[in-house]
Amino acid sequence: MRKKPLSIALLAAATVTVAGCGGGGASTGEAATSPADPGKASGTITVLTNRTDLVQDGTMKKYAAEFRKTHPKVTVKFQGITDYEGEVKIRMNTENYGDVLLIPSVIAKGDYPKFFAPLGDTKDMAKTYRFTGKTDVRGKTYGIANFGTVNGLVYNKAVWKKAGITDWPTTPARFLDDLKQIKAKTGATPYYTNFKDGWPLSSPWTNSVGSVSCDVNASDALATSDKPWAEGSDLNVLDTLLHDIVHDRLSEKDPTTTNWETSKTDLAKGRIGSMLLGSWAVNQMRDAATKAGKDPDDIGFMPVPVQKDGTFCATMLSDYQLAVNTHSKNKSAARAWIDWFTEKSGFAAEEGGVSALTSISFPDVLKPYEDNDVKLIERSEAKTEQVNAIDNASEIGLAKQDYRQKLIDIARGAQKGSLQDYFDDLDKRWADAAATAGN
Amino acid sequence: MTDTTSTAPSTPARQAAPVGRRPRRGVPPTRSWRDHPLRRITPWLFLLAPLALLITFTYVPVGNMIYYSFTDWDGVSPDRSVVGFDNYTQLFTRPELFRVFFVSFYYLAASAVQIVIALYFATVLSFDLRFRNFFKGILFFPYLINGVAIGFVFLYFFQDGGTLDSVLSWFGVGGDHAWLGDPESANTSLAGVSVWRFTGLNFVLFLGAIQSIPGELYEAAQLDGASRRQQFRHIIAPSIRPVLSLSVILAISGSLAVFEIPYIMTGGATGTSTFVIQTVKLAFQFNKTGLASACAVVLLLIILVITWIQRRLVPDDKVDLV
Repeated sequence: MRKKPLSIALLAAATVTVAGCGGGGASTGEAATSPADPGKASGTITVLTNRTDLVQDGTMKKYAAEFRKTHPKVTVKFQGITDYEGEVKIRMNTENYGDVLLIPSVIAKGDYPKFFAPLGDTKDMAKTYRFTGKTDVRGKTYGIANFGTVNGLVYNKAVWKKAGITDWPTTPARFLDDLKQIKAKTGATPYYTNFKDGWPLSSPWTNSVGSVSCDVNASDALATSDKPWAEGSDLNVLDTLLHDIVHDRLSEKDPTTTNWETSKTDLAKGRIGSMLLGSWAVNQMRDAATKAGKDPDDIGFMPVPVQKDGTFCATMLSDYQLAVNTHSKNKSAARAWIDWFTEKSGFAAEEGGVSALTSISFPDVLKPYEDNDVKLIERSEAKTEQVNAIDNASEIGLAKQDYRQKLIDIARGAQKGSLQDYFDDLDKRWADAAATAGN
Repeated sequence: MTDTTSTAPSTPARQAAPVGRRPRRGVPPTRSWRDHPLRRITPWLFLLAPLALLITFTYVPVGNMIYYSFTDWDGVSPDRSVVGFDNYTQLFTRPELFRVFFVSFYYLAASAVQIVIALYFATVLSFDLRFRNFFKGILFFPYLINGVAIGFVFLYFFQDGGTLDSVLSWFGVGGDHAWLGDPESANTSLAGVSVWRFTGLNFVLFLGAIQSIPGELYEAAQLDGASRRQQFRHIIAPSIRPVLSLSVILAISGSLAVFEIPYIMTGGATGTSTFVIQTVKLAFQFNKTGLASACAVVLLLIILVITWIQRRLVPDDKVDLV
């Protein structure tokens, strides 16, 4: 009998532990507004970032020191997180997830008000900022883009020239022909999929949805589409292109052991012809070229090889969005940092991205796009929540690598099936999921 | 545990207590610390730390997991609703979720190989042999390396034109094969890596068991003219049976729950996805924490059932050689 009180005590202790872990707490809903006088904003704020490289090499510290000149009472601390998505998601079960953070992609858009402080009315925000639609929930904006990125193919001009190609290919078929020329005349790997690292198969390809149809609502349309992979649709054209590249053996021989870091040097050295990425990658490739003793000007950037009515379209998307923790004690200091970071730090230009401010024009990287009248489209994000819900329910993962890895496996014969069967299967899964989720 | 407590305050306390309570011959009651009521809970106080740790880090998380498996939680949202057995029905009505168990057969076959290799080396190295300790070290070494490091090392090893290809080309064999390129060779390669990694552990277990066999038995056997093979058959094999059956249980549960090596090396691409990888993807890619928890609960149950069946088939007899 003596056992009882003790077991009760233990049970109680255990319950307390559970309660302690489970407590999400109600959000305060208080807005994070810019401080009226920068000199008066005070407090210590913690900024979570995925850029561990910039935290380690002191770049972030330099930004913080610069920030302190105008906001002397604010101390900024950084936490660089390698597995940003995974770790922050778990931390968001508590109230302790920094003062300023990048919105993890797993957070459902509708849940933003529970986690982040509103930054202002979207109507007003949209006048000064690009990409506000992405974090707009019921008229309030919850995040400001780090920077925007334009999708396209990073390519080595020297290699393409050596293969005798000077113009940008305008159709997928021409692109495949060009790749064949490159393979025949230069011996370089015409296209590099980065299969092993995976993400180069997910975001750059899915982000390109819209560049085929030149439609601002291309992404939103998925919410109501029963056949996203139907003939001629954005996803169909893009995924067929990827399939054909691999099927015609125009990509690397053994995709399962690719390496993103070496691929940068390989492209810079002319061993790789092209990769589909975002404009942010161009500066990294140029750095790699300089380090490898090659000419950084050899790195070029061209749009996805599809034209609509004779014009190229390229999608422009926001990178991670900076938000303020709704539980933060120093909301105005946190907001001051976001404002300063997007307006004054020069971070976006440094990264080869498009600034979130509408007043700042495009970076140098996009000069060739401007010269060739590539139409930039900022996709509508009005139905992102529904699209993501369907995507998760169907377990396809438009923004995950798995489904395109399987596509590549089919293309190179490592898995059974034909492209059309695979598209039919994806369409069916999407339609089934759409019937239950997202509405 | 109550038994331990009631018998634990052995003789002095038990005898002292009545003396204190019923003073005889007018002796004033002697109060010593042994009579103090706190004395009774002393053993519990000692147990408090390990029990708290055990409960906080084992039973509460498992309880939470079971609870999540009945919800539609996405892993981050503060709202979750209880959906009853929905996740379990879904799990059992979608055959593709169980298809990944076929991959486990590669690892199961590999663990058979692994046990045989470990047993062979443990037997050989338990006899007097030149450089015996050196070889023991070599065999155990892979187990000491971190799984992530192993994943990366072998990624280079299996690379197109990597270590394996160049070694093979010295012997004029192939030398140009995408080892992780198609499901069959990828799974075999990955299972090979896990043999390389875990043989050391089995080896050490077997070696320990073999060395606990009294040396006189061998001497007697040798006098009777038993060969090495007969010694193994009649002395070593029966005496290490409990360890052998433990290894088999570990091998089976390990093969069902393979994660680290394929996740790091291929991320589950090209048909190398295992049940655990699939569970992790459900939880962290598709935000189906509820369904993933149900998968985890089912895996736990499967392993418990298999272990139970195995214990019934091979009961843990007392080994009695002498």
